[in-house]
Amino acid sequence: MKILVTVKRIPDPDENLKIAGGAIDTSSSKWVPNAFDEYAVETALRLAENVSDKKARLAEVVVLSICPKGQRQHITQFLAMGADRGIVVEADDTAMDSQTVAKLIAAVFKKEGCDLLIAGKLSQDTESNEVAQRVAGLLDLPQAAFAATLRWDSAAGSLSVAREVDDGVETKNLPLPAVISVDLRIVLPTSVHNGASPDDHKYQEGARLASLRGITMAKRKKVDAYSPADLGVEPTAKLRYAEITPPPARAAGQIVDSAQALVDKLASEAKVL
Amino acid sequence: MSKVLVIVETDASGPKTSALPGITAGQQLATAIGGELHLLVLGASVGAAAQAVATAGFGATTVHTVEHAELSPFTAEAWADAVVAAVRELGATAFGGTASSALREVVPRVAALLDAPVAPEVTGVAGAGAFTREISAGRAIARLEVEGAPYGFTARGSDFAPAEAGGAAASVSALAVGAISRRGTEVAGISKTESTRPALTEADVVVSGGRGMKEGANFKVLEELTDLLGGALGASRAATDAGMVPADLQVGQTGKVVAPNLYFAVAISGAIQHLAGMKGSKTIVAINKDPEAPIFQVADYGLVAKWEDAVPQLIELIKARKAG
Ligand SMILES: Cc1cc2nc3c(=O)[nH]c(=O)nc-3n(C[C@H](O)[C@H](O)[C@H](O)COP(=O)(O)OP(=O)(O)OC[C@H]3O[C@@H](n4cnc5c(N)ncnc54)[C@H](O)[C@@H]3O)c2cc1C
Ligand SMILES: Nc1ncnc2c1ncn2[C@@H]1O[C@H](COP(=O)(O)O)[C@@H](O)[C@H]1O
Repeated sequence: MKILVTVKRIPDPDENLKIAGGAIDTSSSKWVPNAFDEYAVETALRLAENVSDKKARLAEVVVLSICPKGQRQHITQFLAMGADRGIVVEADDTAMDSQTVAKLIAAVFKKEGCDLLIAGKLSQDTESNEVAQRVAGLLDLPQAAFAATLRWDSAAGSLSVAREVDDGVETKNLPLPAVISVDLRIVLPTSVHNGASPDDHKYQEGARLASLRGITMAKRKKVDAYSPADLGVEPTAKLRYAEITPPPARAAGQIVDSAQALVDKLASEAKVL
Repeated sequence: MSKVLVIVETDASGPKTSALPGITAGQQLATAIGGELHLLVLGASVGAAAQAVATAGFGATTVHTVEHAELSPFTAEAWADAVVAAVRELGATAFGGTASSALREVVPRVAALLDAPVAPEVTGVAGAGAFTREISAGRAIARLEVEGAPYGFTARGSDFAPAEAGGAAASVSALAVGAISRRGTEVAGISKTESTRPALTEADVVVSGGRGMKEGANFKVLEELTDLLGGALGASRAATDAGMVPADLQVGQTGKVVAPNLYFAVAISGAIQHLAGMKGSKTIVAINKDPEAPIFQVADYGLVAKWEDAVPQLIELIKARKAG
């Protein structure tokens, strides 16, 4: 089994946004991996390993990013976490639309003969929430977005996904190859079951940290680079961010000193009681 | 004439309440491009629901239906087949609807097959093919423009008023479409969070609890406050991750976006990802024992207190007011 995980670099969401001249100024931003993609890599590693037999590997994990040349620190970080190989498509992804990103990912998926694509649910910066669904469409594959738990049956070649939907949790069974996008709770301790690790194994919450050995090993792992043209994709930009402005500020609030004062204000001032 | 096609999710009797803001967005877009509003109803058997949508009118010309066994229960695969066929058949300029979990899954898949852009989770229609939306956890407002046709959109439910029935009834017309398939997937079931309370995204009052509630059992007191005010219960990621309450109660960037008249944030610190889901609320109340908690910066009224003391007091005081 070969798992492709897509990973994006974004301006650090914990830094203050600089908005100037109708655009976000990222010239001094620190770039970090999209949190959902850290979760996606963690998901793939949990699927690929047997925690009782470190040498047994059930799948190869390949991380893929579309990012400018020379900006692949996030790939190195994921290789240090335990991914087997990296692929970069060297291009300015901020200048292309989601369809182009999806076409590039679909082209790599086909070229590599992958069985499963794991993407994040959304990019924390642009919040498009589109790419996984688009790739599934382009490849005509089954999809499950917003995955909160996964159960892999390698004998049947199928995946059972619990997805977080508006009014609860839906369980969807998919034949492979398939595309999934992961939600926050995929990294809770018992969210991923692969039939090899003990079913009651509890992982640490969140994405794992790279070990020292992992960091050393990462330097020796292979990273292939392509251009969009190598993959036969002509970038488009059919969606344009014409102007970006700061949100309106909320008027300053007040601190009240008792529950009684709160109820009085809610009744007489805000008139909501 | 150009057409805007809105996908209307229905239950047995008619449109789901959650679908109504998407219809409003479609009306606004149809006006902006000087086109007609068309509605699309999909399912295994949609006769009664489509008739109810048509009777309500909503300013639409036609309610198109596609009936096929593979369309119920919802899968993105089968629904995308039907929507792609409908957009092509009608030559629609725009297609979309409310940004529900279903449409957020299906609209991008459709767009990929049509080589079209999508304006996702828009908060307003700014012109023909122009929209506003929030990005970066609500820290920036973007105006975006799409090029060419067709294009997709999803509309954030909290930012468009629910469409109201009215005007002439629309006609109902069955669309002939090609193959529709779930691609071998199977929906094994859906475990719904049963509640007699109003839906989180439609409630007038929302009471949310965070990590500081410590355990699920402690949400009882928040439920009491919620029910006293006829509201819905919400939570932060920390509370949902810890299993204190079901995941679908999460408010925030990756949970529900709510904009009630009155929002209570109890024992919630106020991380930007949480604020992204509630700062459109009209009146915000924060109860937190830490005076430095960032939630106080967006709260209209802040009470620095432990919930163990403040919430029971609040309940008694509100009860007393109601009594008289
Ligand atoms: C990609 C991503 C997406 C995310 N999406 C969301 C989202 O959609 N929604 C969301 O909510 N979060 C989201 N988060 C998480 C977010 O960053 C915060 O971690 C989370 O909101 C914190 O929840 P909290 O405020 O309940 O917990 P904490 O930050 O731990 O705050 C608990 C608060 O409770 C107070 N407290 C403790 N005891 C008491 C007491 N007895 N009485 C009164 N107050 C008390 C404390 O002072 C503290 O302020 C996301 C994070 C990431 C990385
Ligand atoms: N430039 C990129 N390179 C690699 N993966 C990406 C890129 N952009 C988006 N993705 C993937 O698509 C997911 C959803 O992103 P989006 O649709 O942009 O919100 C992300 O979590 C990534 O897994």
